[in-house]
Amino acid sequence: MPVFAPIGRAVLTLLAVAGRIALFTTGSVGHGLTPPFYLRLILRQMIDIGFYSLPVVGLTAIFTGMVLALQSFTGFSRFSAESAVPNIVVLSMTRELGPVLAGLMVAGRVGAAIAAEIGTMRVTEQIDALTTLSTNPFKYLVAPRLIAGTLMLPLLVVVADIIGVFGGYMVSVYKLGFNPTTYLRNTLDFLETLDVVSGLVKAGVFGFIVTLMGCYHGYRSKGGAQGVGAATTNAVVSASVLILLFNYIVTTLFFSQ
Amino acid sequence: MSAGGIPPKIQVRGLCKAFGPKQVLRGLDIEVARGSSLVVIGGSGSGKSVLIKSIIGLVAPDSGSIEIDGEEVTGLSPSERARVTRKFGMLFQGGALFDSLLVWENVAFGLIEAQRMKRAEAKERAIATLAQVGLGPDVGHLRPSELSGGMQKRVSLARAIATRPEIIFFDEPTTGLDPIMGSVIDGLISDCVKKLGATALSITHDMASARRIADHIAMIFEGRIIWHGPIADIDRSGNPYVEQFIHGKADGPIRMQVRA
Ligand SMILES: Nc1ncnc2c1ncn2[C@@H]1O[C@H](COP(=O)(O)OP(=O)(O)O)[C@@H](O)[C@H]1O
Ligand SMILES: [Mg+2]
Repeated sequence: MPVFAPIGRAVLTLLAVAGRIALFTTGSVGHGLTPPFYLRLILRQMIDIGFYSLPVVGLTAIFTGMVLALQSFTGFSRFSAESAVPNIVVLSMTRELGPVLAGLMVAGRVGAAIAAEIGTMRVTEQIDALTTLSTNPFKYLVAPRLIAGTLMLPLLVVVADIIGVFGGYMVSVYKLGFNPTTYLRNTLDFLETLDVVSGLVKAGVFGFIVTLMGCYHGYRSKGGAQGVGAATTNAVVSASVLILLFNYIVTTLFFSQ
Repeated sequence: MSAGGIPPKIQVRGLCKAFGPKQVLRGLDIEVARGSSLVVIGGSGSGKSVLIKSIIGLVAPDSGSIEIDGEEVTGLSPSERARVTRKFGMLFQGGALFDSLLVWENVAFGLIEAQRMKRAEAKERAIATLAQVGLGPDVGHLRPSELSGGMQKRVSLARAIATRPEIIFFDEPTTGLDPIMGSVIDGLISDCVKKLGATALSITHDMASARRIADHIAMIFEGRIIWHGPIADIDRSGNPYVEQFIHGKADGPIRMQVRA
């Protein structure tokens, strides 16, 4: 049976990790929903996660919108369906690319920073110090980040959606010769509330995932600078994979009958 | 129980803790009387920090009993644990100052978070506590990263005593400092502990420091206390392990493990 042993071990490891993450998650949410609430810290995290991510998310969105218009135009012109460009752009942005790209960019920026900060606090005993000063690290460190991430990512995605559509509009109007009024009318006419709402729900889920992975890996890091480095990498990689996984799951929940 | 029925401030019996296959504490017993200062000495990696962290509740022991003021504290619920934690102050080995906060906010942390004191009032107390450890009010507005090692230790000490705890733990308070600064910190520790009337449990491998702050001394080796007694007796312990340790001799019954 030498074949089964490694497989069994891998499965067990996976289950153990899933269990630890589940425990960490329920613990964090439990602490996040009961007082004391650190409003000052929540606000600071909202500014850190939301406001300071605007440039990177905005840049990602505008180029994505532009390239969407260009690609769908050149592709769809093969069967004379160029008029679908505005719909392609707005649906792709709101349903998929806005939330997924914002989530991935924030995973790189915020998830890594959270893992590094909390990981450093762990290996320098600052988290232990919190406990001895009668402060629950879950309430003080984890909950504010989870709350801020879950609330701010949808706002970032609203901005990303608008900027992305604007990017598509610019390329379509100034490069591809679309009529501005028709383009905007087509954009808005075909857009349904569900398209935007599903994208914002995704964004909330992704914001939770990114901050959760940052906190989880930071919290468990050990062994000095190297451990913190590993935690940072793990936070970004696991958040990115989970974003793509949950993107599929949420899409299925919203759009498959 | 000691005479008069007053339980010792800290009583540890049969404490065991392993990390994976590595048995760190193997049935350790210590007792710290109210208002006294016990220093536990022992080599690096002998489990001194694990001992303190078990008493504070940062590490869950595998077995054994820990009593604070006669109350068993292993297996307490989180809210009861929080009540016991309020009796504690701790000076961490590396300082463990919050680098995202200003110095005065570090010192005032326990006052604001645990005692719900107003920020302005807590700031005054923090500045006064900083003065007690020889730091001026201007230091309060710096960040911990802007301070030298000795100043960071002072700030950590100020943070540990600001809430006026009944029991203070010191994890290698002089490690990493030059001998003069070490002696200054030891002096501050003795002063502060006396002024508060607190009970102190310190761990160190610095014998000079141990002699300055201890009333009683205990030596940990292979997860157990192998000798304890008043500080005056340390030089005539008659214990070969203690002899070797306090004179820092390379040969003797203690064989250094190169790998932790
Ligand atoms: N959280 C932990 N996980 C695994 N091993 C640990 C942990 N904490 C301490 N140890 C191990 O326990 C032993 C004693 O550590 P410690 O109490 O920090 O020693 P010291 O006496 O120098 O303070 C060391 O070998 C250390 O590697
Ligand atoms: Mg130690």
